[in-house]
Amino acid sequence: MTASTPRAWAGLALWGVLALPPARHALEATMALHMLVQIPLLAVAGWLVAGALPPRAVAALSRWDAGGICGLLLASLAGLAWMIPRVLDAALEDPAVAAAKFLGVPLLLGAPLALSWPRMGFVVRGVFVTELIATAFRVGWLYLAMPQRLCSNYLLDDQQQVGRILLAAGAAIALAAAWKLLWGRIRIDGPR
Amino acid sequence: MPVLRTLLASLLIVAAGVATLAAVTDRFRAFTAEGARRIDVAEHPRALPPASLQTASGETIDLASLRGRWLLVDFIYTRCLSYCSVQGNEFARLEKRLAGPIAEGKVLLLSISFDPSHDGPGQLADYQRRSRRHGPGWIAARPTSAEELDALMQAFGVTAVPDGFDGYVHNAAINVVDPAGRLVAIMDWDEAAAAERYVLARLGT
Repeated sequence: MTASTPRAWAGLALWGVLALPPARHALEATMALHMLVQIPLLAVAGWLVAGALPPRAVAALSRWDAGGICGLLLASLAGLAWMIPRVLDAALEDPAVAAAKFLGVPLLLGAPLALSWPRMGFVVRGVFVTELIATAFRVGWLYLAMPQRLCSNYLLDDQQQVGRILLAAGAAIALAAAWKLLWGRIRIDGPR
Repeated sequence: MPVLRTLLASLLIVAAGVATLAAVTDRFRAFTAEGARRIDVAEHPRALPPASLQTASGETIDLASLRGRWLLVDFIYTRCLSYCSVQGNEFARLEKRLAGPIAEGKVLLLSISFDPSHDGPGQLADYQRRSRRHGPGWIAARPTSAEELDALMQAFGVTAVPDGFDGYVHNAAINVVDPAGRLVAIMDWDEAAAAERYVLARLGT
C-alpha cells in the first residue's frame, strides 16, 4: 500500500458517482455543468486513478514519454474532441458516445496528464498552461458572440453562460500562473 | 533512445487523434449536430416513417398519401412567440411564390406541430390565419399519436428543448421531401428563397 492508494480509491469513487444516473442527469442538465463540471471531474477522476499505477509501469511508460510530450498530446487531442458541440450533443443522445465519454475522459485525458505532468519541463508546462488560457478565451468569446445555438440540446442562454464562465476561468488561470511566476517556487530544468 | 521513441509514439497519437476528429466531424465538415444532420440528409436521403396527421380542417391524412410531389416541411408549435411565428410568415410567403407549381399539384407545404396535446385543429387554423395564409397549398397538422411524433422527429432530426418559459427552443428548418417521400435537403428556417430555388430547379422550371 503506497501513499497514492487512497487517492486512487477516491478517484475510482468519484468516477463511480459521476456515472450514477441521478448524478449524470443533474450534471448534463445544462451546458455549463456538462462542459465545465462533469467532464473536468471525469478528468480529475482519471488523474487520481493514475496514481495507483505501479512504479514499474510508470517507468516503462516514461521511456516512451520524454518530457511528457506523448501524454500532453494525448490529453490535448482528447480535450479537443470533447469541445466539439456535436460530440457533446451525441453524448446525450447516443449511449455509445456516452460510454466513450465516461471511459475516454478519465483514461485519455486525466490519466495521461497525471502521468506526464511530472515529466514536463518548465517550457512544456508553460506552453500547455498558455494554450489552456488561450483556448478558454477563444471558446468563451465564440460562445458569447455566436447568435445560433451550437448544441441542439441546450439553450442559447446556456451557451452564453458557458462563454462567460470560460472567460472568467481563463482570466483566473492567467492570474494564478502570473502569481506563481512572480512569487511561487518554479523548477526550471530540462525534460527528465 | 527515449526521444526517438517519444517522437514515434507522438506521431502515432497525432495520427490516431486526427483520424478520430475527422471521423466525428464528417471529415471536418460538421462540428454541430445540426450541420451533421444536413450533410447526412443530403448524402443519404432518408425515408420517412408512416404517420397519420390531423390537419387544421380536422380531417386525418396519411403522410404517405402526400407522395408524388415535393414537400416543404417545417416543425412548429403554435404557442411560440419568437421566431416560430416568423416561420409561419415565411411559409405563407412561400405558398404565394410557389402558387404555380402548387396549383399543378407538384409542390405542397406542410407544418407539423411537435406539441400535439395543445395544437388541435383550432389552434393550427389560428396559427395559419395569424401568418396570413391565403390558400390550400399549405397544410398545418399534428401527429395523431406520441409514437408517430417521436418517429417523425427522429427521422427529421428535430430536437425540441423546453425553454423554461412554458415553450420550446428547437432546431427550426425547412425540410425538403422529394416525390418519393424521402427527406433530401434541409435549409435554415429563414432561407425560404433557397428552398424555393431548390424545388424549382428540380421541377425544371
